Amino acid sequence: MNQTVEQVNQVIQQRYKAGFYTDIESDRVRAGLDEEIIAMISAKKEEPSWLLEWRLKAFHHWQTMREPNWAHLKVPAIDLQKIHYYAAPKQKNRPKSLDEVDPKLLETFDKLGVPLHERARLAGVAVDAVFDSVSVGTTFQKELKEAGVIFCSFSEAVKEHPELVREYLGSVVPFTDNYFAALNSAVFSDGSFVYIPANTRCPMELSTYFRINARDTGQFERTLIIAEPGSEVSYLEGCTAPMRDENQLHAAVVELVARKKAKIKYSTVQNWYPGDENGKGGIYNFVTKRGDCREDDARISWTQVETGSAITWKYPSCILRGDRSAGEFYSVALTHNHQQADTGTKMIHLGKDTTSKIISKGISAGHSNNSYRGLVRIAKRAENARNYTQCDSLLIGKTCGAHTFPYIESANSTAKVEHEATTSRIGEDQLFYCRARGLDEEDAVAMIVDGFCKEVFKELPMEFAVEAKALLEISLEGAVG
Amino acid sequence: MLKINNLKVAVNGKEILKGLDLNVGPGELHAIMGPNGSGKSTLGYALAGRDGYEMTDGSVEFDGQDLSELEPEERAAAGLFLAFQYPVEIPGVNNAYFLRAALNAQRKARGEEEVDSMTFLKTVRESIKTLKMDEALLKRAVNEGFSGGEKKRNEIVQMAVLQPKLAILDETDSGLDIDALKLVAEGINGLRDGKRSFVVITHYQRLLDYLTPDRVHVLSDGRIVESGGQELSQRLEAEGYAFLEETAA
Repeated sequence: MNQTVEQVNQVIQQRYKAGFYTDIESDRVRAGLDEEIIAMISAKKEEPSWLLEWRLKAFHHWQTMREPNWAHLKVPAIDLQKIHYYAAPKQKNRPKSLDEVDPKLLETFDKLGVPLHERARLAGVAVDAVFDSVSVGTTFQKELKEAGVIFCSFSEAVKEHPELVREYLGSVVPFTDNYFAALNSAVFSDGSFVYIPANTRCPMELSTYFRINARDTGQFERTLIIAEPGSEVSYLEGCTAPMRDENQLHAAVVELVARKKAKIKYSTVQNWYPGDENGKGGIYNFVTKRGDCREDDARISWTQVETGSAITWKYPSCILRGDRSAGEFYSVALTHNHQQADTGTKMIHLGKDTTSKIISKGISAGHSNNSYRGLVRIAKRAENARNYTQCDSLLIGKTCGAHTFPYIESANSTAKVEHEATTSRIGEDQLFYCRARGLDEEDAVAMIVDGFCKEVFKELPMEFAVEAKALLEISLEGAVG
Repeated sequence: MLKINNLKVAVNGKEILKGLDLNVGPGELHAIMGPNGSGKSTLGYALAGRDGYEMTDGSVEFDGQDLSELEPEERAAAGLFLAFQYPVEIPGVNNAYFLRAALNAQRKARGEEEVDSMTFLKTVRESIKTLKMDEALLKRAVNEGFSGGEKKRNEIVQMAVLQPKLAILDETDSGLDIDALKLVAEGINGLRDGKRSFVVITHYQRLLDYLTPDRVHVLSDGRIVESGGQELSQRLEAEGYAFLEETAA
């Protein structure tokens, strides 16, 4: 009996390779959410008083709000008073460089395939590693500094570049935006900060790896990327968490600001623990991501591969304020077992000749539910705005669901909005054709799914495309048969 | 090579093959003809191992192995190839990539080394040339947007690359114009090496004009009702399948 359980666990472990826990002493605030907790977080981070005031304002606003219930999701009640809003690995002194970081932490990121030490670093990718509520280190900082690029943890940015943080924080996603954004604004602990000076092309890919480790905590990080006129940056994020029976909350806010002719490409490979095959455990992922093409000819592109989390609620969006600015959204969302996803985008056309493109690929297997929700809004003054939306769903098996909720609001008659949608099932004929050529069932499914996602994968940077493909294969194990 | 003895196959509980016997020796090419609904395609699918095609009785031995024990991919690796009557589209999957993955999956299952991309491309290009196909088809998604004739020729390219011991061709000639038909026949004849065996399922005599089968069988209502040489296919062409009823009576 025990042996069987162990075997099953081994198989599950293989499926979710990032499911381990790092045993490390943690400095954690008491559970609960009130002004005192917020003041404690702010004090731990030695923040200036304006930031504490901002947090408290957000908190008071949040108290007037209610959880959103319009998504096609069944969200169990989350007791926000039981969560610890700050947990950080204990460190005697603040490490001045990566050499001083606790080896246990370095080992954790090694295991996750994100080595931080100098000799093993990923070539051409600078990494900020966030463990629970704090950033443990950022690689290549010196090299980036030479190019004038600032890439550091959010806490460090508050200390070193308060004027930038103060100017841009909440300027894309105000704390009044929604319930989870308000909560994040009150209790956010760390995250990444990026600043690309004018006419600079960031010399390497920037990347943040988010890791939840401690029990009964939530992760509430903020990312802020500012691209000055004529600059260009490609940013990636990845995330994982240990396997636990209890659900954990992740509520992040990402703000992007692209000024004149600036280009920001933001890619996500989301692999939070999805829960077990019976739907027990997993991360609740409630994220607000928005980019502001603030000036003319700016361009923001979102690419996301969402395979993890028990529940995903996420709509990376673009505000196309500048004339001729462009927004793109490429998404693969895969749900299996009892996972639920309600994800999509908003393209808000305000400027003239603005364009947006949405390519969404939803894959549902097991008992999961997968919804695309997208809004294309053309404002009155947005002459000649263009949108193209393509939204495809693939079903594996007969107990899953795929749903599409497209909203189009156009206040300008010169606008052109196109929407295409398809839903298909992995055909028994496709599977048999592949098998008759010698491919086994799992390879056949992986190949068919990979083909289905091709338009999105080609938007990902090389290394991440390979990882994303492998992740889909693992996530789909046992989906057929 | 292939020994079928009293084979009965049911689809959705309905018996389609009702006791079929067939013996195909190494290097032989057998043609199976018959009217619509006689069970020709069922035979192809059953041999390739499609789900829902249940062997309820009899035995099938392929190259010394009991076929009923093998999964479709194991049958492929053992050297059995089915050219589909309706080749399936797989959007977004590169045609050359698909074929190489299939070849390497088979080789791996047989304990052979994988082929490198150079050797692979060379082989594919040769077959593409033989079949006068556009090389651009290699870069397109599997069968997606292919014309009917291109799909059929693509099956023959796959066969040429996978080098099976036994190929079952299910109405590969249907929907082909005369030029394409000749090319497909050339493709098949090019693979006849005295060892490889073929079962050609067809409705019409015209492909057989180019193939010179060793044996021709007539399938009717789930059984082989008549076997003979090439002259049998000519007789069918001239008289139609009506004489079967007389034979049966």
